[in-house]
Amino acid sequence: MDWANAIDLARFQFAFTIAFHILFPAVSIGLASYLAVLEGMWLLTGRTVYLDTFKFWLKIFAVVFGMGVVSGVVMSYQFGTNWSVFSDKTGPILGPLMGYEVLSAFFLEAGFLGVMLFGMQKVGKRLHFLATLLVALGTAFSAFWILSVNSWMQTPAGYAVNEVGQFVPDDWWAIVFNPSFPYRLVHMVLAAYLTTAFIVGATGAWHLLRDNKNPLARVMFSMAMWMAVVVAPLQIVAGDMHGLNTLEHQPAKIAAMEGHFETRRGAPLILFGLPDQEAAVVRYAVEIPKMGSLILTHELDGEVKGLEEWPREDWPNVPLVFWSFRIMLAMGFGMVGLGLACLLLRIRGRLYDSPWVKRAAVLMGPAGLIAVLCGWIVTEVGRQPYTVYGLLRTADSASPLDAPAVGASLAAFMVVYMLVFGAGTFYLLRMMGKTPSSGDQGPDALLPTRAAAMSMNPELLRARGGSGSGNTGASS
Amino acid sequence: MSLDYPLIWAGLIGFSVLAYLLLDGFDLGIGILFPWLGGEAEQDIAMNSVAPVWDGNETWLVLGGGGLFAVFPLAYAIILPALYAPMMAMLLGLILRGVAFEYRWRTVRGKFLWNFSFTAGSLIATLAQGIMLGALIQGIEVDGRAYGGGWWDWLTPFSLVTGLAMVVGYMLLGSTWLILKTEGALQEFSRRVAWYAGWGTLALIGIFSLWTPLLLPEYMERWFGWPAILYVAPVPVLVLAAGIALFLGLRRKAEAQPFIFANVLFILCYIGIIISFYPHIVPPTVTIWQAAGPDSSLKFLLVGASVLIPIIVVYTAHAYWVFRGKIDPSAGYH
Repeated sequence: MDWANAIDLARFQFAFTIAFHILFPAVSIGLASYLAVLEGMWLLTGRTVYLDTFKFWLKIFAVVFGMGVVSGVVMSYQFGTNWSVFSDKTGPILGPLMGYEVLSAFFLEAGFLGVMLFGMQKVGKRLHFLATLLVALGTAFSAFWILSVNSWMQTPAGYAVNEVGQFVPDDWWAIVFNPSFPYRLVHMVLAAYLTTAFIVGATGAWHLLRDNKNPLARVMFSMAMWMAVVVAPLQIVAGDMHGLNTLEHQPAKIAAMEGHFETRRGAPLILFGLPDQEAAVVRYAVEIPKMGSLILTHELDGEVKGLEEWPREDWPNVPLVFWSFRIMLAMGFGMVGLGLACLLLRIRGRLYDSPWVKRAAVLMGPAGLIAVLCGWIVTEVGRQPYTVYGLLRTADSASPLDAPAVGASLAAFMVVYMLVFGAGTFYLLRMMGKTPSSGDQGPDALLPTRAAAMSMNPELLRARGGSGSGNTGASS
Repeated sequence: MSLDYPLIWAGLIGFSVLAYLLLDGFDLGIGILFPWLGGEAEQDIAMNSVAPVWDGNETWLVLGGGGLFAVFPLAYAIILPALYAPMMAMLLGLILRGVAFEYRWRTVRGKFLWNFSFTAGSLIATLAQGIMLGALIQGIEVDGRAYGGGWWDWLTPFSLVTGLAMVVGYMLLGSTWLILKTEGALQEFSRRVAWYAGWGTLALIGIFSLWTPLLLPEYMERWFGWPAILYVAPVPVLVLAAGIALFLGLRRKAEAQPFIFANVLFILCYIGIIISFYPHIVPPTVTIWQAAGPDSSLKFLLVGASVLIPIIVVYTAHAYWVFRGKIDPSAGYH
């Protein structure tokens, strides 16, 4: 009994810590690229509005990145502390992939972040731009490797099993580029871009609602809505392809997403309903006849497998997967809708004129974050009851820990995360809420973020009796 | 010819753990010293001396953990559950201190909170690291392919001493770093701290060195057996020499010498620990060859590591070079 509880607690702890963690990289992958684009456009056009927008988001990036680093260190050790059997068995395959993530991504990001944040005056514009590009490249490498790891757990390939029960590599190419990896990578990277675009767009819209002439807010809003109209439809196509890939490799997950308990031809598309896992039915279902088969098999009478094909102990939690999937879709279609509305306004030369579209954009600010979380729940809860799909059950993966030990650490994580990331979210919102302005600094005076933040803080200036701002880094 | 991949990897992971101890050591040490610095201005300087490099420093810890998972999955699977409580404490401590680097600048009213979280987090993380080191040295009970001991095995008088030694040692690294990077009153203060922390560190190294051989017969044989003692004798002699060089540097108010010899002390202790451990990765039972994954895994990662680690060392050095020299307090606010 205790044993089962310890596993549930460990699962909850992992879900809790990774749910917090996943949001930060999702934002920093997108924001790093956005910063690189802004700095590049500044260097190309010489327009200070790009540099000013860059500086506005750089400070926010620094906070998000810091939160991502500290919540990420937890992940690299939690496999061992809470999932030691999983670690022992999958280490020979997943370990090197994560090793490559650390070596090619984390060091690159951390090594050039300092220069990106503090180094403009020390290294000059070109080298600084290179640092920004390398940080962005680092975030992309990171996504590549960690999604390869995640995908291998979903669609394991290229492995053998040795005499002590470890998964060992047989074909590295097949392991890295396992069947679901390309789809998941594209889907997640687009999600990161959309998440950032909607945060940037909401921030721009918020400030435009107060001052419709603010040039920085216009840059943010306009660029973000271009992203929305281009990337959101692409994401729906990518998501559909990812779904078909999942149907091929993890049909039970698709059955849970769709709420299909019975196998049948001409299956309906269930729009809404209350899945009842015990009774294996979807209650109060609102359905479109035959659409389910059409979408999944591209035939009106195609056969769609229901969960009844698998023993009950192999089912994931159907309501959780079913609902998370629908929330993610709602966010996706909302993004496409907002992007299209802005495209129409733009064509008519009135992008900045509609207060309702701006209010909608503010409301949609967290849409990407919500979609990322829900998408993650769909794919990870949908993978249950396995850690390595079809091969290693979650119940057989955990460390031999007692429930009180895991319970105590879980409680500590919850308290610390709520405090630390609650405060962080508050600071981030306050930074985004501050009116973006060009200030009085010339284009070359990119200030270290800390000094810049202090110079804008009158209370602190009084306390110090100083004024202006400058360089907090080491003098050369 | 086939290479001994587990041995090569033991060396590489040993290198990354050492890099972590030395690099994050001084910035954790600054966190511990933080409340005793002379007011907000000095605290800002101290923090700015590590702000551009701290997350690079912490990445070596991620490499240590990730590398262990990749190359010695059995050791990773045994050690981490064995050290569950201090490991969780370290992770939470690192979170509390890591966010302070950014949060401190985002608030005026709440700054004292993040000062506190910076110090408390640094202290907790350091103490936990020292305790884990002690718990590993005193030996971990293994049952099959899993940890076989109890949940409080890590807590012993010995591990508390190593915990304390880590705290004092990091204070030495932090204070000597500040001697290198600052001037005036803060530098003077750091010299005084380094003086006391230096004595404390040497004393604790002494206790640690005499206690370790008593823990396991293997250690006793390694350090006091004949002729082993001939090979290992240079280590304590060099520790003494490094200690003398440290204090001479402090006395003649040298800028870099104290930091260099504080690092040498750490490196020597680290070598001493490796001498005790070898060839085990989980003392006293699991060797590096038993814990290693298959050669195909080790080889695959080694290809990348042998290219990427030198590149990392180069650009990390470059980052330190960009931010070299004294932190100029007036430059921040003129």
